[in-house]
Amino acid sequence: MRRVLAVIAMLWLGLSAALAQEAQLADPTLEQRARDLSREIRCVVCQSQSVADSDADIARELRVLIREQIAAGKSDQDIRDYLVARYGDFVLFDPPFKASTYVLWIGPFAVLVCAAIGVVIFFRRRAQEPARVRELNPDEQNRVARLLRDKADGTEGGA
Amino acid sequence: MRRLVFLLPILIVAVLVAAFWRGLDPNRDPSALPSALVGKPAPAIDLPGLAAGAPRLDLAAFKGKLVAVNFFASWCLPCRAEHAFLKQLNAEFGVPVIGIAWKDKPDASRAFLAELGDPYAATGADESGRTGIDFGITGVPETFLVDGNGIVRYRLAGPVTPEGLRNVLAPAIAEAKR
Repeated sequence: MRRVLAVIAMLWLGLSAALAQEAQLADPTLEQRARDLSREIRCVVCQSQSVADSDADIARELRVLIREQIAAGKSDQDIRDYLVARYGDFVLFDPPFKASTYVLWIGPFAVLVCAAIGVVIFFRRRAQEPARVRELNPDEQNRVARLLRDKADGTEGGA
Repeated sequence: MRRLVFLLPILIVAVLVAAFWRGLDPNRDPSALPSALVGKPAPAIDLPGLAAGAPRLDLAAFKGKLVAVNFFASWCLPCRAEHAFLKQLNAEFGVPVIGIAWKDKPDASRAFLAELGDPYAATGADESGRTGIDFGITGVPETFLVDGNGIVRYRLAGPVTPEGLRNVLAPAIAEAKR
Protein backbone atom coordinates (compact mmCIF):
# COMPACT_ATOMS: atom_id res chain seq x y z
CA MET A 1 0.00 0.00 0.00
CA ARG A 2 2.79 2.35 0.97
CA ARG A 3 4.61 1.59 -2.22
CA VAL A 4 1.50 2.32 -4.27
CA LEU A 5 1.12 5.65 -2.55
CA ALA A 6 4.75 6.46 -3.19
CA VAL A 7 4.34 5.68 -6.88
CA ILE A 8 1.21 7.82 -7.08
CA ALA A 9 3.01 10.65 -5.33
CA MET A 10 5.92 10.40 -7.75
CA LEU A 11 3.62 10.39 -10.77
CA TRP A 12 1.81 13.36 -9.36
CA LEU A 13 5.06 15.24 -8.84
CA GLY A 14 6.15 14.35 -12.36
CA LEU A 15 2.90 15.66 -13.74
CA SER A 16 3.11 18.88 -11.78
CA ALA A 17 6.67 19.30 -12.99
CA ALA A 18 5.50 18.86 -16.60
CA LEU A 19 2.91 21.54 -16.11
CA ALA A 20 5.33 23.78 -14.28
CA GLN A 21 7.71 23.90 -17.24
CA GLU A 22 5.33 26.16 -19.08
CA ALA A 23 4.99 29.82 -18.44
CA GLN A 24 2.46 30.23 -15.67
CA LEU A 25 0.19 33.06 -14.83
CA ALA A 26 1.50 35.29 -12.05
CA ASP A 27 -1.84 35.38 -10.23
CA PRO A 28 -2.33 32.01 -8.48
CA THR A 29 -6.14 32.17 -8.69
CA LEU A 30 -5.98 32.74 -12.45
CA GLU A 31 -3.40 29.96 -12.79
CA GLN A 32 -5.73 27.66 -10.86
CA ARG A 33 -8.57 28.57 -13.20
CA ALA A 34 -6.36 27.77 -16.20
CA ARG A 35 -5.50 24.37 -14.72
CA ASP A 36 -9.10 23.54 -13.83
CA LEU A 37 -10.22 24.49 -17.32
CA SER A 38 -7.41 22.45 -18.92
CA ARG A 39 -8.74 19.43 -17.09
CA GLU A 40 -12.15 19.62 -18.74
CA ILE A 41 -10.86 20.13 -22.28
CA ARG A 42 -10.18 16.96 -24.22
CA CYS A 43 -6.94 16.60 -26.13
CA VAL A 44 -7.99 16.19 -29.75
CA VAL A 45 -5.11 13.89 -30.66
CA CYS A 46 -4.93 11.55 -27.66
CA GLN A 47 -8.63 11.46 -27.20
CA SER A 48 -9.07 10.02 -23.77
CA GLN A 49 -6.70 12.42 -22.07
CA SER A 50 -7.44 15.94 -21.02
CA VAL A 51 -5.37 18.82 -22.31
CA ALA A 52 -3.88 19.09 -18.81
CA ASP A 53 -2.66 15.48 -18.83
CA SER A 54 -1.45 15.25 -22.39
CA ASP A 55 2.06 15.83 -23.61
CA ALA A 56 0.99 16.26 -27.24
CA ASP A 57 2.03 19.39 -29.11
CA ILE A 58 -1.49 20.52 -29.72
CA ALA A 59 -2.39 20.04 -26.04
CA ARG A 60 0.52 22.24 -24.99
CA GLU A 61 -0.65 24.79 -27.52
CA LEU A 62 -4.17 24.71 -26.09
CA ARG A 63 -2.87 25.12 -22.52
CA VAL A 64 -0.91 28.19 -23.58
CA LEU A 65 -3.99 29.51 -25.36
CA ILE A 66 -6.19 28.98 -22.30
CA ARG A 67 -3.69 30.90 -20.14
CA GLU A 68 -3.50 33.70 -22.67
CA GLN A 69 -7.24 34.08 -22.84
CA ILE A 70 -7.62 34.01 -19.07
CA ALA A 71 -4.91 36.66 -18.80
CA ALA A 72 -6.86 38.68 -21.38
CA GLY A 73 -9.84 38.64 -19.03
CA LYS A 74 -12.02 36.08 -20.83
CA SER A 75 -14.46 34.02 -18.79
CA ASP A 76 -14.27 30.22 -18.65
CA GLN A 77 -17.42 30.03 -20.75
CA ASP A 78 -15.92 32.36 -23.40
CA ILE A 79 -12.93 30.05 -23.70
CA ARG A 80 -15.11 26.93 -23.88
CA ASP A 81 -17.18 28.56 -26.62
CA TYR A 82 -14.02 29.54 -28.48
CA LEU A 83 -12.77 25.95 -28.47
CA VAL A 84 -16.16 24.41 -29.27
CA ALA A 85 -16.49 26.72 -32.30
CA ARG A 86 -13.24 25.26 -33.64
CA TYR A 87 -13.26 21.65 -32.47
CA GLY A 88 -16.94 20.92 -31.81
CA ASP A 89 -18.60 19.59 -28.64
CA PHE A 90 -16.07 16.79 -28.72
CA VAL A 91 -13.42 18.92 -26.96
CA LEU A 92 -15.51 19.09 -23.82
CA PHE A 93 -15.28 16.13 -21.47
CA ASP A 94 -18.68 17.20 -20.18
CA PRO A 95 -20.68 17.72 -23.38
CA PRO A 96 -23.79 19.96 -23.31
CA PHE A 97 -27.27 18.43 -23.16
CA LYS A 98 -28.77 19.16 -26.59
CA ALA A 99 -30.47 17.43 -29.52
CA SER A 100 -27.26 16.00 -30.99
CA THR A 101 -26.12 14.57 -27.65
CA TYR A 102 -29.43 13.15 -26.37
CA VAL A 103 -28.40 9.61 -27.26
CA LEU A 104 -25.18 10.08 -25.33
CA TRP A 105 -26.91 11.31 -22.21
CA ILE A 106 -30.13 9.30 -22.25
CA GLY A 107 -29.01 6.14 -24.07
CA PRO A 108 -27.58 4.25 -21.06
CA PHE A 109 -30.68 5.00 -18.95
CA ALA A 110 -32.97 3.91 -21.80
CA VAL A 111 -31.13 0.58 -21.95
CA LEU A 112 -31.44 0.25 -18.17
CA VAL A 113 -35.19 0.94 -18.26
CA CYS A 114 -35.70 -1.60 -21.09
CA ALA A 115 -33.78 -4.21 -19.10
CA ALA A 116 -35.81 -3.45 -15.96
CA ILE A 117 -39.08 -3.82 -17.89
CA GLY A 118 -37.84 -7.15 -19.29
CA VAL A 119 -36.97 -8.42 -15.79
CA VAL A 120 -40.36 -7.35 -14.39
CA ILE A 121 -42.20 -9.12 -17.23
CA PHE A 122 -40.12 -12.25 -16.71
CA PHE A 123 -40.82 -12.49 -12.98
CA ARG A 124 -44.51 -11.62 -13.34
CA ARG A 125 -44.92 -14.45 -15.82
CA ARG A 126 -43.09 -16.89 -13.62
CA ALA A 127 -45.31 -15.96 -10.65
CA GLN A 128 -48.40 -16.78 -12.75
CA GLU A 129 -47.01 -20.08 -13.99
CA PRO A 130 -48.21 -22.49 -11.16
CA ALA A 131 -51.83 -21.40 -11.75
CA ARG A 132 -51.60 -22.88 -15.23
CA VAL A 133 -50.68 -26.47 -14.30
CA ARG A 134 -52.32 -28.73 -16.86
CA GLU A 135 -54.40 -31.78 -16.05
CA LEU A 136 -52.81 -35.08 -17.11
CA ASN A 137 -54.48 -36.78 -20.03
CA PRO A 138 -55.65 -40.43 -19.68
CA ASP A 139 -52.49 -41.75 -21.34
CA GLU A 140 -50.26 -39.95 -18.90
CA GLN A 141 -52.42 -41.03 -15.96
CA ASN A 142 -51.98 -44.64 -17.02
CA ARG A 143 -48.21 -44.21 -17.21
CA VAL A 144 -48.07 -42.67 -13.74
CA ALA A 145 -50.18 -45.49 -12.33
CA ARG A 146 -47.92 -48.06 -13.96
CA LEU A 147 -44.74 -46.44 -12.68
CA LEU A 148 -46.11 -46.23 -9.14
CA ARG A 149 -47.19 -49.89 -9.27
CA ASP A 150 -43.76 -50.97 -10.55
CA LYS A 151 -42.10 -49.08 -7.75
CA ALA A 152 -44.36 -50.74 -5.17
CA ASP A 153 -43.36 -54.14 -6.66
CA GLY A 154 -39.72 -53.23 -6.12
CA THR A 155 -38.82 -53.60 -9.80
CA GLU A 156 -37.06 -50.82 -11.66
CA GLY A 157 -38.84 -48.90 -14.44
CA GLY A 158 -39.91 -51.46 -17.00
CA ALA A 159 -41.85 -50.25 -20.01
CA MET B 1 -49.08 -8.46 -29.92
CA ARG B 2 -47.64 -11.76 -28.72
CA ARG B 3 -46.02 -12.29 -32.04
CA LEU B 4 -44.35 -8.89 -31.79
CA VAL B 5 -42.72 -9.95 -28.54
CA PHE B 6 -41.21 -12.94 -30.34
CA LEU B 7 -39.83 -10.63 -33.01
CA LEU B 8 -38.10 -8.49 -30.41
CA PRO B 9 -34.97 -10.67 -29.95
CA ILE B 10 -34.52 -10.83 -33.71
CA LEU B 11 -34.76 -7.06 -33.85
CA ILE B 12 -32.21 -6.65 -31.06
CA VAL B 13 -29.82 -9.04 -32.78
CA ALA B 14 -30.25 -7.16 -36.05
CA VAL B 15 -29.35 -3.87 -34.33
CA LEU B 16 -26.31 -5.48 -32.70
CA VAL B 17 -25.17 -6.98 -36.00
CA ALA B 18 -25.47 -3.57 -37.64
CA ALA B 19 -23.45 -1.95 -34.84
CA PHE B 20 -20.72 -4.60 -34.97
CA TRP B 21 -20.65 -4.51 -38.76
CA ARG B 22 -19.98 -0.81 -38.60
CA GLY B 23 -17.38 -1.31 -35.89
CA LEU B 24 -15.52 -3.90 -37.93
CA ASP B 25 -15.43 -1.84 -41.12
CA PRO B 26 -11.70 -1.64 -41.92
CA ASN B 27 -12.19 1.72 -43.62
CA ARG B 28 -13.63 3.28 -40.51
CA ASP B 29 -11.29 5.37 -38.39
CA PRO B 30 -12.69 5.47 -34.85
CA SER B 31 -10.53 8.44 -33.93
CA ALA B 32 -11.75 10.55 -36.86
CA LEU B 33 -13.62 13.60 -35.65
CA PRO B 34 -16.27 15.57 -37.46
CA SER B 35 -15.05 19.06 -38.24
CA ALA B 36 -16.93 21.82 -36.48
CA LEU B 37 -16.00 24.15 -39.34
CA VAL B 38 -17.56 22.47 -42.38
CA GLY B 39 -20.36 24.66 -43.73
CA LYS B 40 -19.13 27.67 -41.76
CA PRO B 41 -17.00 30.63 -42.87
CA ALA B 42 -13.29 29.86 -42.85
CA PRO B 43 -11.32 31.65 -40.13
CA ALA B 44 -9.36 34.65 -41.35
CA ILE B 45 -5.78 33.97 -42.37
CA ASP B 46 -3.32 36.79 -41.95
CA LEU B 47 0.22 35.48 -41.76
CA PRO B 48 3.67 36.62 -42.76
CA GLY B 49 4.59 35.26 -46.21
CA LEU B 50 6.94 32.31 -46.11
CA ALA B 51 9.05 32.99 -49.20
CA ALA B 52 11.68 35.69 -48.85
CA GLY B 53 10.13 39.07 -49.65
CA ALA B 54 6.65 37.58 -50.12
CA PRO B 55 3.67 39.72 -49.09
CA ARG B 56 1.49 38.72 -46.12
CA LEU B 57 -0.78 35.77 -46.75
CA ASP B 58 -4.43 36.80 -46.64
CA LEU B 59 -7.20 34.30 -47.39
CA ALA B 60 -9.56 37.13 -48.35
CA ALA B 61 -7.38 37.76 -51.43
CA PHE B 62 -8.63 34.45 -52.86
CA LYS B 63 -12.31 35.30 -52.52
CA GLY B 64 -14.40 34.08 -55.47
CA LYS B 65 -12.22 31.02 -56.05
CA LEU B 66 -12.28 27.51 -54.67
CA VAL B 67 -8.97 26.98 -52.89
CA ALA B 68 -7.38 24.28 -50.79
CA VAL B 69 -5.71 25.36 -47.56
CA ASN B 70 -2.99 22.90 -46.64
CA PHE B 71 -1.24 22.88 -43.27
CA PHE B 72 2.22 21.34 -43.41
CA ALA B 73 5.53 21.36 -41.58
CA SER B 74 9.07 20.40 -42.51
CA TRP B 75 9.24 18.10 -39.45
CA CYS B 76 6.19 16.15 -40.53
CA LEU B 77 6.80 12.92 -42.40
CA PRO B 78 3.32 12.39 -43.89
CA CYS B 79 3.60 15.92 -45.30
CA ARG B 80 6.60 14.74 -47.31
CA ALA B 81 4.52 11.80 -48.56
CA GLU B 82 1.58 13.91 -49.67
CA HIS B 83 3.69 16.61 -51.30
CA ALA B 84 3.58 15.24 -54.86
CA PHE B 85 -0.20 14.92 -54.77
CA LEU B 86 -0.65 18.54 -53.78
CA LYS B 87 0.77 19.45 -57.18
CA GLN B 88 -1.77 17.13 -58.73
CA LEU B 89 -4.55 18.85 -56.82
CA ASN B 90 -3.66 22.03 -58.63
CA ALA B 91 -2.74 20.55 -62.03
CA GLU B 92 -5.61 18.10 -62.39
CA PHE B 93 -8.46 19.80 -60.57
CA GLY B 94 -7.42 23.41 -61.02
CA VAL B 95 -7.60 24.11 -57.31
CA PRO B 96 -4.88 26.47 -56.12
CA VAL B 97 -3.31 25.27 -52.90
CA ILE B 98 -2.42 27.67 -50.12
CA GLY B 99 0.34 26.32 -47.93
CA ILE B 100 0.62 27.17 -44.26
CA ALA B 101 3.77 26.08 -42.44
CA TRP B 102 2.44 25.16 -39.02
CA LYS B 103 4.68 25.47 -35.96
CA ASP B 104 7.77 25.34 -38.09
CA LYS B 105 10.83 27.54 -38.37
CA PRO B 106 10.49 29.53 -41.62
CA ASP B 107 14.04 28.58 -42.62
CA ALA B 108 13.22 24.90 -42.26
CA SER B 109 9.96 25.28 -44.22
CA ARG B 110 11.78 27.11 -47.01
CA ALA B 111 14.41 24.37 -47.18
CA PHE B 112 11.62 21.76 -47.29
CA LEU B 113 10.01 23.47 -50.29
CA ALA B 114 13.37 24.02 -51.99
CA GLU B 115 14.07 20.31 -51.72
CA LEU B 116 10.67 18.91 -52.77
CA GLY B 117 9.41 21.70 -55.01
CA ASP B 118 6.79 24.30 -54.23
CA PRO B 119 3.23 23.20 -55.10
CA TYR B 120 1.64 26.23 -53.45
CA ALA B 121 -0.02 29.27 -54.97
CA ALA B 122 0.89 31.18 -51.83
CA THR B 123 2.48 30.31 -48.52
CA GLY B 124 2.41 31.69 -45.01
CA ALA B 125 4.29 30.95 -41.81
CA ASP B 126 2.19 30.10 -38.77
CA GLU B 127 4.99 29.85 -36.24
CA SER B 128 2.78 30.20 -33.19
CA GLY B 129 0.31 27.63 -34.53
CA ARG B 130 -2.61 29.92 -33.76
CA THR B 131 -4.05 29.94 -37.29
CA GLY B 132 -4.01 26.14 -37.19
CA ILE B 133 -6.01 26.17 -33.97
CA ASP B 134 -8.45 28.64 -35.54
CA PHE B 135 -9.05 25.99 -38.20
CA GLY B 136 -9.39 23.32 -35.53
CA ILE B 137 -6.54 21.16 -36.80
CA THR B 138 -5.33 18.29 -34.66
CA GLY B 139 -1.95 18.02 -36.34
CA VAL B 140 -0.34 18.19 -39.76
CA PRO B 141 -1.01 17.57 -42.56
CA GLU B 142 -4.58 18.75 -42.86
CA THR B 143 -6.29 20.14 -45.93
CA PHE B 144 -9.43 22.27 -46.11
CA LEU B 145 -11.48 23.15 -49.19
CA VAL B 146 -12.69 26.74 -48.97
CA ASP B 147 -15.18 27.84 -51.62
CA GLY B 148 -15.50 31.19 -53.38
CA ASN B 149 -17.73 32.55 -50.62
CA GLY B 150 -15.14 31.74 -48.01
CA ILE B 151 -17.14 28.76 -46.65
CA VAL B 152 -15.25 25.64 -45.54
CA ARG B 153 -16.63 22.79 -47.63
CA TYR B 154 -14.44 19.88 -46.67
CA ARG B 155 -11.76 18.93 -44.19
CA LEU B 156 -9.22 16.20 -44.76
CA ALA B 157 -7.30 15.27 -41.63
CA GLY B 158 -4.17 13.43 -42.66
CA PRO B 159 -2.19 13.24 -45.87
CA VAL B 160 -3.55 13.54 -49.41
CA THR B 161 -3.09 10.14 -51.05
CA PRO B 162 -3.80 9.10 -54.66
CA GLU B 163 -6.85 7.13 -53.46
CA GLY B 164 -8.00 9.99 -51.25
CA LEU B 165 -7.58 12.39 -54.13
CA ARG B 166 -9.71 10.22 -56.41
CA ASN B 167 -12.32 8.90 -53.98
CA VAL B 168 -12.72 11.70 -51.48
CA LEU B 169 -11.29 15.00 -52.66
CA ALA B 170 -12.49 14.80 -56.28
CA PRO B 171 -16.18 14.41 -55.28
CA ALA B 172 -15.77 17.07 -52.58
CA ILE B 173 -14.28 19.46 -55.14
CA ALA B 174 -17.08 18.76 -57.63
CA GLU B 175 -19.62 19.36 -54.87
CA ALA B 176 -17.94 22.57 -53.76
CA LYS B 177 -17.74 23.91 -57.32
CA ARG B 178 -21.49 23.59 -57.82
